Amino acid sequence: MEVAESADDGALIWNTPSPRLRVLRRYEVVGVTLVAVILAAGAGLAAGGASAAALAGVGAIVGGAVGDMVAGRRVRAWAYAERSDDLLVRRGVMFRRVSVIPYGRMQYVEVAAGPLERAFGLATVQMHTAAAASDARIPGLPAAEASRLRDQLTTLGEAQAMGL
Amino acid sequence: MTGLDGAQATGPMTDSGEPGLRGDWQRLHPLSALVRAGRGAIALVVILVVPTLGQQKGSEVGDLIHLAIVPVVFLVGLVSWLVTRWRVEDGVLRVESGLIRRTSERFPLSQIQAIDTVRPGLARAFGLAELRIRLASGSGRAGRLAYLSNAEAEALRARLLALSQGVPEATPAPAEEALAVVPTGRLVASLLLSGPGLIVGVAGVGLVVLTILAPAAAAATVGAMAVPVFGVAVGAFRRFNAGYGLTVAAAPDGLRLRSGLVETSAETIPRGRIQAVRMVAPLTWRPLGWCRLEVDVASQKHKGRQDRNQARAARALLPVGTREQAAALMVRVFADLPTERLRPPARARWKSPLRFRYLGWGSNDGYVVTTTGRVRRVTDWVPLAKVQSIRRVDGPIQRRLGLASIHLDTAGRSVHAVLRDRDRAEADRLMAELPDRCREARRLAGADRGR
Repeated sequence: MEVAESADDGALIWNTPSPRLRVLRRYEVVGVTLVAVILAAGAGLAAGGASAAALAGVGAIVGGAVGDMVAGRRVRAWAYAERSDDLLVRRGVMFRRVSVIPYGRMQYVEVAAGPLERAFGLATVQMHTAAAASDARIPGLPAAEASRLRDQLTTLGEAQAMGL
Repeated sequence: MTGLDGAQATGPMTDSGEPGLRGDWQRLHPLSALVRAGRGAIALVVILVVPTLGQQKGSEVGDLIHLAIVPVVFLVGLVSWLVTRWRVEDGVLRVESGLIRRTSERFPLSQIQAIDTVRPGLARAFGLAELRIRLASGSGRAGRLAYLSNAEAEALRARLLALSQGVPEATPAPAEEALAVVPTGRLVASLLLSGPGLIVGVAGVGLVVLTILAPAAAAATVGAMAVPVFGVAVGAFRRFNAGYGLTVAAAPDGLRLRSGLVETSAETIPRGRIQAVRMVAPLTWRPLGWCRLEVDVASQKHKGRQDRNQARAARALLPVGTREQAAALMVRVFADLPTERLRPPARARWKSPLRFRYLGWGSNDGYVVTTTGRVRRVTDWVPLAKVQSIRRVDGPIQRRLGLASIHLDTAGRSVHAVLRDRDRAEADRLMAELPDRCREARRLAGADRGR
């Protein structure tokens, strides 16, 4: 469920993706780490025997742990806020981005859910404008919230629509 | 051709020009079959024959197969001509084409934004021209009539434009006012001084030196470099062709560009569709005071070859010109440009040591201008009314220095404004006020259109 936190800029309410997104990302990292461990151990075995294989495996696990930490921070960095005329989307840890997308500029809203996301009951909402560079993607929304946001954005977009 | 004054159809050309507007189905010019097939055949010959040239005598069967393809291509061209027809009916241009997969396209005349005339080299040899009808709707779709005879194309263009504006059919196409011309000598010099030109020059000198020192190595190098050099040459020729004899003229519906040596085109850039303008001054041009002016026009991501000419990078409004020419054109494209240039804080030098020297931005009620670049100086103008979304980005280095960049995204393909390395407080203030300023600019632009 989304957590409303009082943001630094006044009365703005920032919504965050579902905590289940954190779990989903962890599964993804674990999956990649398992493959990496097997590959690294195999390569270590071929190159220098059991000790090398163990070293490489531990290295891959440490890499996975770091990856999980980064993934966690990235999930926490995602947030969006609906203002009266535009949508704010905040994301990124190293490169922090804040996007402002006026509802009137919206061309269509896309709700996508991959197999893993579906298993977690999550969906990604993306707002498309005529500019390719606009990036208004919000991952890991609970399915109900995703369809609410989609309907809300569509309604607001129609009300404020303008041409190119 | 007597089509212009509405005389009775007497010749074969008036036959296809006049009744088409009365609602009868029309074919394109019969020679278009030949031109289309010819273009395909040339491409095929290049693909199939050129690689075999250097080899030993190929098998007889293979040669025969290659030869058999040529009539097939002409047959396809003929069929494609036979099944393509068009007419104007109830203010709608309809084009039907395709033998197996029939397509029927409708272009409401009231939505016509511009009609371009394109004449590829082969079509010119037969006195043919292609009309591209572009609509104002957001889709950026273009209707193609390829090919019509030159006179027919001109007459049809004038008539369609007249019909689209609801004035009497016989009204000639609106007058144009010439604004700028690109001299051929300057174009050639500018190409030689551009990136690809310099590379070819350096490679040529290197090759001469190599030939003197080690002839055997030189021969091998020529063999290895033939393909990339050919690619660079084709690219350079395209740019030369696109800029050759270019004239810019102001027409009521926008800016009209005419250019071309082999393939000539007359293209209209509708004023309202310009998303951004970029002025580029490469290092090698700066001593001569030259620059290039590019316009970025709104368009969807195109599929297929339909708009392959437009799908390339931003259209050069002025491939090479003096600063005065560029300034004069800018006034025609965007009125009332901002003159202020706000410098980034001095500590931005640590983040952008090279581009710092020329970094800056300015704005007024209608436009934002940004400058950047050390070797290649780039100035971008973006109308606030065309901004699609606003992004604030700060990376690790910027954060340490207390800086942030603000991107203004537009619907154009390549140009968008970046307010790079601004003070964090300024960036926050801009993030708060720019959305409102863009909304205000859009409101004003909307009111302007309604007038």
